[in-house]
Amino acid sequence: MHLTHLERLEAESIHIMREVAAEASRPVMLYSVGKDSAVMLHLARKAFYPSPPPFPLLHVDTTWKFRDMYALRDRMAETAGMELLVWRNPEALERGINPFDHGPLHTDMWKTQGLKQALDHYGFDAAFGGARRDEEKSRAKERIFSFRTASHGWDPKNQRPELWNLYNAKKAKGESIRVFPLSNWTELDIWQYIMAEGIEIVPLYLAAPRPTVERDGLLLMVDDERFPLEPGEEPVMRSIRFRTLGCYPLTGAVESEAASLSEVVQEMLLTTTSERQGRAIDKDEGGAGMEKKKQEGYF
Amino acid sequence: MTHDASPEPAYRADSLIAEDIDAYLEQHQNKGLLRFITCGSVDDGKSTLIGRLLYDSKMIFEDQLASLESDSKRVGTQGQELDFALLVDGLAAEREQGITIDVAYRFFATEKRKFIVADTPGHEQYTRNMVTGASTADLAVILVDARKGVLVQTRRHSYLAHLIGIRHLVLAVNKMDLVDYDRDTFEAIVADYRAFAEEIGIEDFTAIPISGFKGDNITAAPSPNTPWYEGPSLVEHLETVEIANAAAQARGFRMPVQWVNRPNLDFRGFSGLIAGGTVKPGDTVRIVPSGKTSTIKSIVTFDGEREEAVAGQSVTLTLADEIDCSRGDVIAAAGDPPQASDQFEATIVWMSDEALKPGRGYWLKLAAQTVTATVQEPKYEINVNAVGSPGEHLAARTLGLNAIGVAELRTERPIVFEPYADSRALGGFILIDKMTNATVGAGMLHFSLRRAQNVHWQPVTIDREDHAGLKNQRPRVLWFTGLSGSGKSTIANAVEQKLNLMNRHTFLLDGDNVRHGLNKDLGFTEADRIENIRRVGEVARLMTDAGLIVLTAFISPFRAERRMVREMMEDGEFIEIFVDTPLDVAEARDVKGLYKKAREGTLKNFTGIDSPYEEPENAEIRVNTVDMSVEEAADYIVSRILPLK
Repeated sequence: MHLTHLERLEAESIHIMREVAAEASRPVMLYSVGKDSAVMLHLARKAFYPSPPPFPLLHVDTTWKFRDMYALRDRMAETAGMELLVWRNPEALERGINPFDHGPLHTDMWKTQGLKQALDHYGFDAAFGGARRDEEKSRAKERIFSFRTASHGWDPKNQRPELWNLYNAKKAKGESIRVFPLSNWTELDIWQYIMAEGIEIVPLYLAAPRPTVERDGLLLMVDDERFPLEPGEEPVMRSIRFRTLGCYPLTGAVESEAASLSEVVQEMLLTTTSERQGRAIDKDEGGAGMEKKKQEGYF
Repeated sequence: MTHDASPEPAYRADSLIAEDIDAYLEQHQNKGLLRFITCGSVDDGKSTLIGRLLYDSKMIFEDQLASLESDSKRVGTQGQELDFALLVDGLAAEREQGITIDVAYRFFATEKRKFIVADTPGHEQYTRNMVTGASTADLAVILVDARKGVLVQTRRHSYLAHLIGIRHLVLAVNKMDLVDYDRDTFEAIVADYRAFAEEIGIEDFTAIPISGFKGDNITAAPSPNTPWYEGPSLVEHLETVEIANAAAQARGFRMPVQWVNRPNLDFRGFSGLIAGGTVKPGDTVRIVPSGKTSTIKSIVTFDGEREEAVAGQSVTLTLADEIDCSRGDVIAAAGDPPQASDQFEATIVWMSDEALKPGRGYWLKLAAQTVTATVQEPKYEINVNAVGSPGEHLAARTLGLNAIGVAELRTERPIVFEPYADSRALGGFILIDKMTNATVGAGMLHFSLRRAQNVHWQPVTIDREDHAGLKNQRPRVLWFTGLSGSGKSTIANAVEQKLNLMNRHTFLLDGDNVRHGLNKDLGFTEADRIENIRRVGEVARLMTDAGLIVLTAFISPFRAERRMVREMMEDGEFIEIFVDTPLDVAEARDVKGLYKKAREGTLKNFTGIDSPYEEPENAEIRVNTVDMSVEEAADYIVSRILPLK
């Protein structure tokens, strides 16, 4: 029987998730509500069916996600029969950290620090993330089981060798493992799988007329009244969609008429800009930006 | 003048994507998946080749291309041209050093297949990385610089790829543009490589002349620059070569249980990734190591119950009976289950700065089993770096970083396994340091050193007691050990005559005779000598099952192998007889003239001269041939064994 690439990727991801469920004492699945998270959650439901996945979902919230994301998040957790934990960095909340006034501090405090706080708070020793190796150069070398020190640091030169499909989940108290079950999936695989499996995703991935402004070369969506318009700035309705979803003031849209999944894939295949290009956070520090963030504990 | 072989990135039917995306997607739902590795020396153009493959499959986007253009000018090594290597040299540190230092995975797809490429470094100290990348690969691309030909590193990489069980090798002779696409240069390299490949047991490989930089014979062949080349392009070959998963499906069914699925009292399922074969509801299965049998009730998935599942799929099985089965157990075809054992011989690759500590307990993880294991002092280290012929054996007391050796290992309890050559999933393992939790080694099991436990024999009505009873004797193995020329065969022969006269049913297995038949494929390396003894032990064991008294005459110089044979036998049936003849006496006899040759150096590894003989410490019987004649020794042995119960 011929197994297709999607069938083999699915089997590998399920195998990875079951290893974690069997070997970690307190696993959690990081759920960002994006398309990769959607696929990861779907795979988790498949991996443990008829049981619900034996771990909770954790959303490290920044309070600045798109409204559509919050709506889908709550519904998906309920459908999957999983506990949903939402963590908002109390210090960032208190200081009113936001992407408009605080620049890189926004990502650092809400996401990087918030994630560390949440993992420490709940005592999770293994956390699933939806990162893929094809996303970015420093990801290409990361292991599927990525070992982190007690302070969540990542040392690219001291990773455990990973052979066959044998994963070493042993760790000392306080240390943790980030697990990437989608490591070997590409963006196209993700889309094909979403279509083949009928996985529900945030509607923002499909083109629709939405209120937008143009800032620093990025096309931003005015998702709520917190968006501070500059004098004379007027939101313009444009047919847009998103290739990746994060905090709405930091996520660039693309102008598009692709209102169905197959049209999105069509555009993706014919397009010439890479997925993370719409994200402001990778650009600082030249080519080593993401690698540096990861050493500091960013997922 | 040369042609530009690949003016446009060229794998995809962009017109189909634009005109009928649904038809395109339909086509692409059914692609296969091939995993391969690329290996080469530092300057063989490996990163450039991978960059080219990504570029040609449009896995490089405009913004990446823009940064590639600026990087190429800043730190590139190709002048003003695009330096594809910069696309794949990921981490900041290594970008500055200009070499890749770890295993990176890349992805591209053509119309027929998706590919996962393990990019492994060519740098000397990184055996570990290459073995890691190779462990999941179906195929290896060995890159050779056409200007330099087959180098020591080429041989090393090929040897490692072969060692890790990769069946498809591609010899990519790169930088053909720099030798004017010269056919003779290419063919000389291929001939050179073929001679080496045959020497180390590589049966087949595919040689392709390419230029990763210019694109010749990457996607289409022949390139206008190599009209003399008649084979496939690199991509065509990658698209059509057989995928290992297909072979795994043809084997007996095995599924290591990862996780027991118990949502409520009414449901109990066993989840795992099928390692071999196929399974259907109604199939009779055996749980190993317990040996209990049951029937598959259903194959449960999120998408409904399945009629069949095959190797490579992750499923959940339910059984018709309530039987014990937990993580680490293997559900297998009832008639063809894998075995369990706690003593093995294995090839081990050491991956830690801290050397292997023989005798220390490590965690061993194999499939879903994790047990404590100790590794004995290596039998030998494999010299992967040997100029000329990688694979020669070196004496070793331990294994340091990047060393590969063969050693025995013991596990605290029996584990279910198959030889690595038959199953990567049940024969490959990792070793984990119990203090640091680091993965310090990886290994491949050869075979069990013990009589397998919980092997499921076909029940026979006439058993070994019946055989022995009819012959009115207790089966024995009389194992004669001693130096060459000590008199083993002569005394064994005399003992057999005496037993024969006493109506005992005997059989004499002689070392020289066995090598003419059963073991004629074995040489005199240490590994072959051990295998020689193992087979003789198995044959002797079968003969005792038939009720015979077996006499064997083998030098069998190592205690470990004699112990291995002893452990194959029923308690009390193995009688070790040490034919104790001092070396000078045996050498003075030199019946076959072998000592002379050994002293002259024309015979290597000769026991007593340049290879040790480990005297038995607790032999049941010891005969001294200096003081006893052959007759006296034989009488003495018979007198000692007759009273034994």
